[in-house]
Amino acid sequence: MSKEKIPVVNLPQHNSPQKKEVISQESVQHYDPEPPASTSRRKFIKNVSGMSAASLLGTAALMTNSDDVNANTEWAEHFQGNYRLMTDAEKQETVERLERRYSREYEKDVTVATTDAEDGVLFGYALNIQKCIGCRRCAKACVEENNQSRGDEQEIEWIRVLKMEKGEFTPERMNDGYPGDFGIQVGGNAYHAAGVVLEGEHYYEPEEVPEADSFYMPIACMQCEKPPCVKVCPVRTTYREEDGPVVIDYNWCIGCRMCIGACPYWARRFNWGEPNLPKEDMNPDTHYLGNRPRMKGVVEKCTFCIQRTRQGRYPACVEVCPVGARKFGNLLDPKSEVRKILASKRVFRLKAEMNTYPKFFYYVD
Amino acid sequence: MGSMIKFLTDYLAYVFKGGIKFYAWLAFLGIFVLIWGYGNYQQFTQGMIVTGLTDQISWGLYLANFVFLVGVAAGAVTVVFPAYVYHYEPLHKVTVLGEMLAIAAVIMCILFVLSHMGRPDRLWHMIPVLGIYNFPNSMLTWDTMVLLGYMILNLIGGFYFLYKRYMNREINKKFYLTIIFIAIVWALSIHTITAFLINTMPARPMWHHGMMPIRFISTAFAAGPSLIILIFLIIRKNTRLWIEDDAINMLSQIVAWCLGIGLFLTMSEVVTELYHPTEHSQGLQYLMFGVHGLNNLVIWFWSSMAFMVTAFIMLLIPRVRKNYKLLPIACVLTFVGVWIDKGMGLLIPGSVPTPIGEFTQYSPTFIEIFNCIGNWAIGFIILTILLKGAIGVLLGDVKYAEAEAA
Repeated sequence: MSKEKIPVVNLPQHNSPQKKEVISQESVQHYDPEPPASTSRRKFIKNVSGMSAASLLGTAALMTNSDDVNANTEWAEHFQGNYRLMTDAEKQETVERLERRYSREYEKDVTVATTDAEDGVLFGYALNIQKCIGCRRCAKACVEENNQSRGDEQEIEWIRVLKMEKGEFTPERMNDGYPGDFGIQVGGNAYHAAGVVLEGEHYYEPEEVPEADSFYMPIACMQCEKPPCVKVCPVRTTYREEDGPVVIDYNWCIGCRMCIGACPYWARRFNWGEPNLPKEDMNPDTHYLGNRPRMKGVVEKCTFCIQRTRQGRYPACVEVCPVGARKFGNLLDPKSEVRKILASKRVFRLKAEMNTYPKFFYYVD
Repeated sequence: MGSMIKFLTDYLAYVFKGGIKFYAWLAFLGIFVLIWGYGNYQQFTQGMIVTGLTDQISWGLYLANFVFLVGVAAGAVTVVFPAYVYHYEPLHKVTVLGEMLAIAAVIMCILFVLSHMGRPDRLWHMIPVLGIYNFPNSMLTWDTMVLLGYMILNLIGGFYFLYKRYMNREINKKFYLTIIFIAIVWALSIHTITAFLINTMPARPMWHHGMMPIRFISTAFAAGPSLIILIFLIIRKNTRLWIEDDAINMLSQIVAWCLGIGLFLTMSEVVTELYHPTEHSQGLQYLMFGVHGLNNLVIWFWSSMAFMVTAFIMLLIPRVRKNYKLLPIACVLTFVGVWIDKGMGLLIPGSVPTPIGEFTQYSPTFIEIFNCIGNWAIGFIILTILLKGAIGVLLGDVKYAEAEAA
């Protein structure tokens, strides 16, 4: 494990939309979601007619509202079918419509890819919990790459880093009781438990990481081979792609949140309000099933950065990890790094008893 | 066909011919519908962010009311079952009132599901052919199917009976009894599947046990007839339709025994979970005692227990059960007790702690509460209309022959 201390990226205290908290802006290496060189940049065309119409309507609040709604959804989107059932021509039409809307909305040249799964590919992930120092760069990079909602009203993160106490026993804290607001074991004894041992604390805010008495276990969607979330979805908007990731057609989701109830890893997030994605921070290089901007009332989750990995690039979290704790590759390729880890390291999966068969593996050297 | 249209117009004409009391009742409910309109506007334009729900606790008051009302709808069968299976005459005469309650309760269920949905505008995605209906994988599709089926069965059964009564013709027993018996079994299915909706999720250990369906049904058969007794007593007081004491006494016995079974099942769960509590008992511990000073739900649990136990003891004593001044109190205690038991006492702690062990508190916002009360108000308006017309037919005030003569 790296002994070097580095600043931690602070996360919001609460994933709740109600909680209004200012996120401290620590100085972190800025992660640049750089698009592949091959992407052609189309010229942005200003929607002049729309602008003049808006100015004619003046400043009436009601009108501004209806104008926003128009900007956020094109009429045809309401009648759009399920992505998996679309013909190639329909996909093309849908994607062009979305690109048009996104480009107008974010004032940049947005592409929405529909790249399909490749044959002979099954994506897998391996994370070295021995190396992880809990700096949360992965969580931050993920947000920048995947266009999650940000700001104090609704902060969405797909990766949560759990801080675990080393050993689960500290004599000094025998009678402390649990001090904070959230429940993990930090004291008490067998007959008078002051807390409970659960998976971990994810609101830690230290000056520096790693902390002496802790180790860290990042979680995100485990991309289960038998995903409980897929089974419960009443409209099949969420499903497992052929190369492994469980994805969501955001335009087909009805927002019933059955999947959130069914997920044993708390990997799914809901857009409680209209997502807040500043124009300047928007990553224009998107995939239909991945990081394209979402709308209110739908569920979202990690897709193994489908927009990157299907182009042969690493997920953003793998690329940004300063200690090399995150590994990614093709589980069907015996020479891939992930396969080598599975063959040679001590590997386990989270909540294996759930029979979900995650493609996200944890290991120690 | 013409006579059917005549039936409907006569029915509605009778319903809206009411006194001050009737219109005052509707106006009272109407106020809540107006507030409901405001709440829904807010929620539809701003999103679910106006509720107290979070990623940690993403199912709340809406779904709690839904689960409870499915029970009320199923509970209506307690009127039908003794009437048709045991040929219990006092209830036989008023079966149709139970069916009307079932219809209104299912409509309320649908309203609560719509309130719960993040994208109600995309409901059509669930319609087979037009959209995708993930049947038989998704429990929600089963639930939708049985609930709609139950509503249709009750609409057919109830209105077929009323229509024949209106025309003063004999009912076709083969047809009618088939519908009735299917509806009896179907009533069990709706609450069973609502239990399956939440207890088939290993990710939520508090719900993940096989006792859920029977516990749901037993408490539903306490809360449902409690409401029916209250309605019957109101009908006796305010209309010329006399519901016999025996009918009410039969229902109050059903409430007593089903409530007793429900309490027994609760006790079994508490002992099983807490004798040697594991991490999987955290939800129940949070509900009953609070954890780390987080005790939002403790008051709900214990008040629910107090209500239900008090009601059970009251109903066990025949003198109290047959005293129609005290019986309504026991019924209200049962109804509220079960409402808490299935709502704040079951739906919320299922999400606490989260699958990764985080404790979060949930308190509904005003908009959420407005929308809930509004849904109830709409349901009661529909129930009032259905019941008033049905009573008119039963009394013979709404009759085909009379209309022809005039």
